Amino acid sequence: MIPNSNEEAINQILNSMDHRVQPYEDPFFQGLRVEPADLLQLMLLLQDQAGMNYLADITATDRKEEFEVTYHLYAIPDNQMKIVIKTRVPRDAAELPSVFTVYPTSDWQEREIFDLMGIRFSGHPNLVRVLLPDEFEGHPLRKDFRKEG
Amino acid sequence: MVLKKPVPPASPDEDVEQLARHNIIVTTLEKLWNWGRARSFWPLNYGCNCCPIELLAASGARFDISRYGYEVFRASPRQADLLLVAGPISLKMAPVVQRVYEQMPSPKWVLAMGNCATSGGPFRDGYSIYPGADALFKVDVYVPGCPPRPEALFHGLLELKQKVEQGNY
Amino acid sequence: MSGLLKTEPYIINIGPQHPSTHGGMHVEAVMDGEEIVDVIVHLGYVHRSVEKIAESRTYTQFIPYAARLDYMATNLPAWGYAAAAEKLLGLTVPERAQYIRVIMGELSRIASHMMFVGSLAIDLAATTGLLYCLRDRERIMDMFEMTSGQRLLASYMRIGGVSHDLPEEFFPAINSFLADVPRMLEEYNGLIIGNEILQARCNGIGILPAETAIAYGVTGPNLRASGVDYDLRRDDPYGFYDRFDFKVAVAQKGDCMARLMVRLEEIEQSARIISQALEQMPEGDIIGKVPKVLKAEKDREVYHRIESAKGELGYYLLADGTDKPARLHVRAPSFVNLMVLPIISRGGKLQDIITNIATLDPVLGESDR
Repeated sequence: MIPNSNEEAINQILNSMDHRVQPYEDPFFQGLRVEPADLLQLMLLLQDQAGMNYLADITATDRKEEFEVTYHLYAIPDNQMKIVIKTRVPRDAAELPSVFTVYPTSDWQEREIFDLMGIRFSGHPNLVRVLLPDEFEGHPLRKDFRKEG
Repeated sequence: MVLKKPVPPASPDEDVEQLARHNIIVTTLEKLWNWGRARSFWPLNYGCNCCPIELLAASGARFDISRYGYEVFRASPRQADLLLVAGPISLKMAPVVQRVYEQMPSPKWVLAMGNCATSGGPFRDGYSIYPGADALFKVDVYVPGCPPRPEALFHGLLELKQKVEQGNY
Repeated sequence: MSGLLKTEPYIINIGPQHPSTHGGMHVEAVMDGEEIVDVIVHLGYVHRSVEKIAESRTYTQFIPYAARLDYMATNLPAWGYAAAAEKLLGLTVPERAQYIRVIMGELSRIASHMMFVGSLAIDLAATTGLLYCLRDRERIMDMFEMTSGQRLLASYMRIGGVSHDLPEEFFPAINSFLADVPRMLEEYNGLIIGNEILQARCNGIGILPAETAIAYGVTGPNLRASGVDYDLRRDDPYGFYDRFDFKVAVAQKGDCMARLMVRLEEIEQSARIISQALEQMPEGDIIGKVPKVLKAEKDREVYHRIESAKGELGYYLLADGTDKPARLHVRAPSFVNLMVLPIISRGGKLQDIITNIATLDPVLGESDR
């Protein structure tokens, strides 16, 4: 695969999404910022047109007023392009579309974020706690979580 | 032939010693059971995390737990009498361990292996680990270490053996 | 006939206390007679809140926790974390330390794969197989003890290098170990792999197609056993792996036997890498210039991934200007690999679940964190 073809594909995607996706500087990845409403469309385009077939990791961070969710994408096996996508949701309305239909690997990773950070993923087939008991109250990775006892 | 008049023993122990010289052993049933129990703990196959790997190494050929008689690991708690709590007890695991402990028939003993089972270990200030197995039930022997070497585990087992032999449970 | 006879699915519970070394995992097998209809996996029995604890530890203090993630191959997750922290803090590692890291990392990989073979054998009730693997693994434990003082959970990595140099007695030990690796593999092949029953229980069982594997994020030997030629050591090199000549083990069938053969081949290739590293290793420092207090600027983040024994192990680190990270997230390969357990088990028999779990090689410490 010619290295530049990924870049061209990504530029085409950015153009087609009408600047709702903003690139940003990252020392190790091609960084893209997107709003929650456009997340699923961006993921679909990246998979279909840019060959990014592997979602490595989804991470959620508590940024006080908002939660930031970060997705790291690669292409197996040629591994030329590395993309990181960031999106933010407000703390009191923490909901994102699930990317399960595009990347099934997000099944348990989104469940873990729901379990530990409390962000809901709409369209997820089975959004229940995965690491903590079902009766557990609270979301421990939030900065304001207090351990009782 | 001169018949010797029998001399009554000075103390009960002397009586036992005299009999032992004639190859007769006198003891209580309690002592006999404890002698047997101490030499044949049947541990339960239970462990989460790093400590059971050292337990597995202890049952391998190099360290050889069989030389003490403790190699009969049972999968079912109904057949086991030693609960080796190896590893941390998390929120989800606590009811499971509690149930397994209750399913084991008496007399049963608990050995807390490793720092996590003794006191919560390095994860004590997390939100999901119990501060030691003694938060759930009575522990007989604590073996510290992260993870304890197989030799340390054997030391703990031998302490438990002494405890059981003396009927101290 | 189908109208007269009605069957109902019933659930068989496996675990969380079960005689297997995989830790505490609860698997519900939904059965229709002898056939598996679905498998529901419940994790979280070994959840130790490691990511939350990381927010109250300095960067160096987290290294023992990283070692306790994948406890079968402890130097690999510790190396991955140290490399991620070095990337975040902008530190360089001296050459000798890099080579030592490669040697220790590959020894850990061999130890993990040996344990894999042993635990597969004991899960299939071939108890003797475990004893051979434990015996060989003890030599690796001895070498870890020589260098770091700890057998199993060596906190040997430091941010910027390693903690101690290799002692004199290490070199004859590792040379004799490497010379014995072919004999060990031959023994496993003859005693364990060559066994007819094991072959019947592994051939054609638990087939994982390549597209499903990539879609579900499966990495490591499980992915390579399904025919996808992807190894981070070659394709996204770190720690001087581009200086070594080694083959990436790939199998085509994607069944349990393929996953087993890939790991055996990896033991051989790891031994090859270690001997090359021993030859190429220069003299020098074992730890680089590291400031007393490790701090990174606010909002600087990295995602660093390594090829762990189980797959792609990634660390996401976010700094906030203090000496403790604002967020640390571990992308655990075992957590993601276990997602395909229901897919490869459907349609099989109950005993195939055990073989599937064993050959997916999960480590519950890293999957539950």
